[in-house]
Amino acid sequence: MVAVNGEPDGTPEGGGSAAVDGDFFNRRSTMSRVIAAISTAAAPAGLGVIRLSGENAIEVACRFFRPRSKTKTLEEAGGNTALLGWVFDADGDIDECVALVFRAPHSFTGENVVELSCHGGLYILQRTLRAAIQAGARPAQAGEFTRRAFVNGKMDLTGAEAVMDLISAGGRLAAKSALVTHEGALFRRMQGICGHLTEAAANLAAFVDYPDDDIPELQPRELEKVLKKAEAELSGLLDRFDAGRVVREGIDTVIAGRPNVGKSTLMNLLAGCERSIVTPVAGTTRDIIEETIRLGDVVLRLADTAGQRSTTDEIESIGVNRARKRMERAALVLAVFDGSQPLDQDDRILAETAAATTSIAIINKSDMGKMIDEKYIRGLFKHTVILSARVGEGLDELERAVLEVSGVAALNDTDLLLANERQRDCACRALECVREAVSSVNIGMTLDAVGVSIDGAISALLELTGEKTTEAVVNEVFSRFCVGK
Amino acid sequence: MVPSMRFLAGQYDVAVIGAGHAGIEAALAAARLGCSVIIFSINLDSIGNLPCNPSVGGTAKGHLVREIDALGGEMGKAADATLLQSRMLNRGKGPAVHSLRAQIDRREYSRYMKYRLETTPGLDILQAEVVKIERCSQGFNLVTSLDAEYSAKTAIVASGTFLKGRIYIGDVSYEGGPDGMFAATSLSQSLEELGVFLRRFKTGTPARVLGASIDFAKMEEQEGEEPVVPFSFETKQGLKNQISCYMTWTNSDTKRIINENLYRSPMYSGKIQGIGTRYCPSIEDKIVRFADKERHQVFVEPCGLKTDEMYLQGLSSSLPVDVQLELLHTIPGLEGVKVMRPAYAIEYDCCDPLQLNAGLEFMDIEGLYGAGQFNGSSGYEEAAAQGLLAGINAAMKVKGRPPMILDRAAGYIGTLVDDLVTKGCTDPYRMMTSRSEYRLILRQDNADERLTPIGREIGLVDDERWQSFCTRQEAKKAERRRLRETVLSPTKLLNTILVSRETSPVESGVRLEDLLKRPQLNYENLTPVDEGRPELDPLVREQVEIEIKYEGYIKRQRAAVDEMRRLENRLLPEQVDYKGITGLRKEAQEKLGKIRPRSLGQASRISGVSPADISVLIVWLNSQKAE
Repeated sequence: MVAVNGEPDGTPEGGGSAAVDGDFFNRRSTMSRVIAAISTAAAPAGLGVIRLSGENAIEVACRFFRPRSKTKTLEEAGGNTALLGWVFDADGDIDECVALVFRAPHSFTGENVVELSCHGGLYILQRTLRAAIQAGARPAQAGEFTRRAFVNGKMDLTGAEAVMDLISAGGRLAAKSALVTHEGALFRRMQGICGHLTEAAANLAAFVDYPDDDIPELQPRELEKVLKKAEAELSGLLDRFDAGRVVREGIDTVIAGRPNVGKSTLMNLLAGCERSIVTPVAGTTRDIIEETIRLGDVVLRLADTAGQRSTTDEIESIGVNRARKRMERAALVLAVFDGSQPLDQDDRILAETAAATTSIAIINKSDMGKMIDEKYIRGLFKHTVILSARVGEGLDELERAVLEVSGVAALNDTDLLLANERQRDCACRALECVREAVSSVNIGMTLDAVGVSIDGAISALLELTGEKTTEAVVNEVFSRFCVGK
Repeated sequence: MVPSMRFLAGQYDVAVIGAGHAGIEAALAAARLGCSVIIFSINLDSIGNLPCNPSVGGTAKGHLVREIDALGGEMGKAADATLLQSRMLNRGKGPAVHSLRAQIDRREYSRYMKYRLETTPGLDILQAEVVKIERCSQGFNLVTSLDAEYSAKTAIVASGTFLKGRIYIGDVSYEGGPDGMFAATSLSQSLEELGVFLRRFKTGTPARVLGASIDFAKMEEQEGEEPVVPFSFETKQGLKNQISCYMTWTNSDTKRIINENLYRSPMYSGKIQGIGTRYCPSIEDKIVRFADKERHQVFVEPCGLKTDEMYLQGLSSSLPVDVQLELLHTIPGLEGVKVMRPAYAIEYDCCDPLQLNAGLEFMDIEGLYGAGQFNGSSGYEEAAAQGLLAGINAAMKVKGRPPMILDRAAGYIGTLVDDLVTKGCTDPYRMMTSRSEYRLILRQDNADERLTPIGREIGLVDDERWQSFCTRQEAKKAERRRLRETVLSPTKLLNTILVSRETSPVESGVRLEDLLKRPQLNYENLTPVDEGRPELDPLVREQVEIEIKYEGYIKRQRAAVDEMRRLENRLLPEQVDYKGITGLRKEAQEKLGKIRPRSLGQASRISGVSPADISVLIVWLNSQKAE
């Protein structure tokens, strides 16, 4: 093949542009290959590990890890050594942790690797991961560590097929996510932002590609208006992501029911560990406890709520109110009833409220005899599952029901949160590009330069849906403008 | 059955079918690279014909012409030699989209190209219709309608709109090529037998009218721009504008007549099956699709110095002649216009470019190449660019050298070809600046910097040209150094200039480079304070200024290019059973099997191939290597 390197000779180094920070571009391009992820299971545990891998992994880690010892640094640390210190971000220290340094090729992936062992807890781990991304890492794709390990000869050939299956399974799951199914609320929101930007880009494109046609020139003020709107929407989405809620993945699900029907037992069964305090005294769970669990293909963000009944206990009534509110904004309600007892007034109120939302009725305690009016429940709810949370019976049936309604649950408009770090990263990049475009407009750069930034924003957003930027713009040009000879 | 009278009439390295813009560049490039070449044309008077508008260049197309020139092609020189009027479009819109467009004397252009072919050593020209193309041991046998047989190691199909061409004007339709030529009716079948998948596309052209019957006083005059910037990096300055164009508008009467007669349009009555291009819609299309628009503009472009024929840009149509006349007469200035050639639509066979590789060779028919409209594109410049690439690669094949592949960052040519062979096209493909994601790098001013070294390596750039290119590069480097090192004191004169340009004055010394970075300033403004400025080639000056002003953006695009090339350099084997790769989704398996990308980069641009599929391919590729 003849040389394809047709671009002009590198321009001399130094001197940023008046419009954009040259250093920023450099950092992104050289650092993009460091990947980061939480590499311990997303369940409560004593320790959680964030793993970084890539040529510049150590350099990236230095940007958000500070060793306790004044004389030691990560950069100078030898392979297979540990350093005690703190991870931090712009808001301050996140957690005390141990950094393990592995130098290529003597690591799991065969690249430079830093493992940060923090104290468990999703909030801390997520914040640390975000700090890693701010420092220049990019969120790892499904199976990417394993893939790199394989690519660098750290795995034998028999592992290859397993890795490929793993990746494609990850891809299938991602394709199923609310974001890329076209009904997802977040998808629609992103599409809205993207649509406005594409419109602006198409306007610019038509204006420059068809100078003879009477395309109205996009006035900088109008362009700025469009850009500012996109900026506001994107930063709104990001703010909500940053709002501090502990768990972000999965369908926002609430377990509701009057006291002592076994909500917490169900929660514990689903979560596979003791999460809520389970006692036979009615009213034990006074606050909302959240947990992310996987039920087959579906991820649920579970909230166990206080039992719903009229109460005189002041603290308990706060919990009950909170539980009702929580139920109102949930995407899915699991309404739990005690099958061994007849329905009471609290049960009926709950049943009627819950049945009006996307919900599944669960008749619990199937191992303790049946006293409940099952017909009444089945008449109200589209899905009814009979199980015993204590014994663990009927879980399969629940899994099937959840799968069936999850398509519906994902539709919920209130769930406009970015689901994970990868999506957040895309939104962040889009926002940066939009801001850059705004500043280019403001300092009077020509429209071709502004266009490049807008394209950057669109492509960051389209990364989430798998569409391609230039096609989107070209199609828009032809559908909106009467151009051509 | 009549016994065959076939006889062997000649043997060549490269045979080119068609002498339009693609065929010409293909034949010239192959011959200049030392191959024996034959080029066939149904009518030698149609060599290099401009059957649509008498102009070359325009947005993104001007870029293509510059790139063709930088690689050693002919189009730019021919356009400069036959120039009537020139404009640099988009001057105020930024350097990425500056585009040259020239009005051309169409007969002179055709004559120039014919003479160029005639005088190129090793190149034979033949008026003949090729009716058959067959595989043979040396490559291909091409048979003409007169039973003459020519063998060639490689063949390039550049048949334009001739293949099974069919003309539509109102209710009338007949077999025919462009501009009153015969259609090529037999070759299609032979190509299909070779395994080429053909489909029908459609395009159209407006009427040509008599200048003397136009009232130019009712129109807006459009003059050329001085000084004329030539297309070719080799053309010396000093070209002159010789004519004006004119502009007028359609109105509500035009609209009414079209609406009343829509049922007589073969497009709307469903007679034409072919898929039309979105980029040059007929006037009836524009009126229907953009019903809110009260008026559409019309440009009147002279066809040459020694003819009074005028081209009416904006009025492409396939309505019956009586309706054409009626609608023309509603337009200011055209009330008494006399039509010389009515507008028509033409439907033709073309291939599915997904059957081609990035070198424009049919993946399943070694040695057979496609170029131009035959590949589903539209436009002279798009055709010439592909012709050049196909001609070079046919020659490379003959010489046993690897093909020239241009990637998306190398130029608009690379972008054009990559789009065609990776995404295919559902309507005739036109180049636009918005199709390139690297447009701040792929500018028309730096086409030589991007491509002349490649042209040199291939053998299409001679010593003289190479020398002048290297001199310009040196001058550019020196000037960049000077601007970086020259510090101006904050004199009154300097600050007066700065304030008059509405940019902030300086209090201490400032480097010339930093001043040029300001959007409000250019070389011209700084002349009074830039005392040490050397005499500069305008090409050099333009490039230096752009590189400085857009440095941040350019750096960002370079980073994107590096990222892209990482995947582009990971080549995939030619024969892969994608169905046998675990983990690939079914859609990806099918698309990859059909398009057979040459690299992971190309694979990633196929619609329906997800990032997860690419990851699977990376792992698979490595496991292959390990074995």
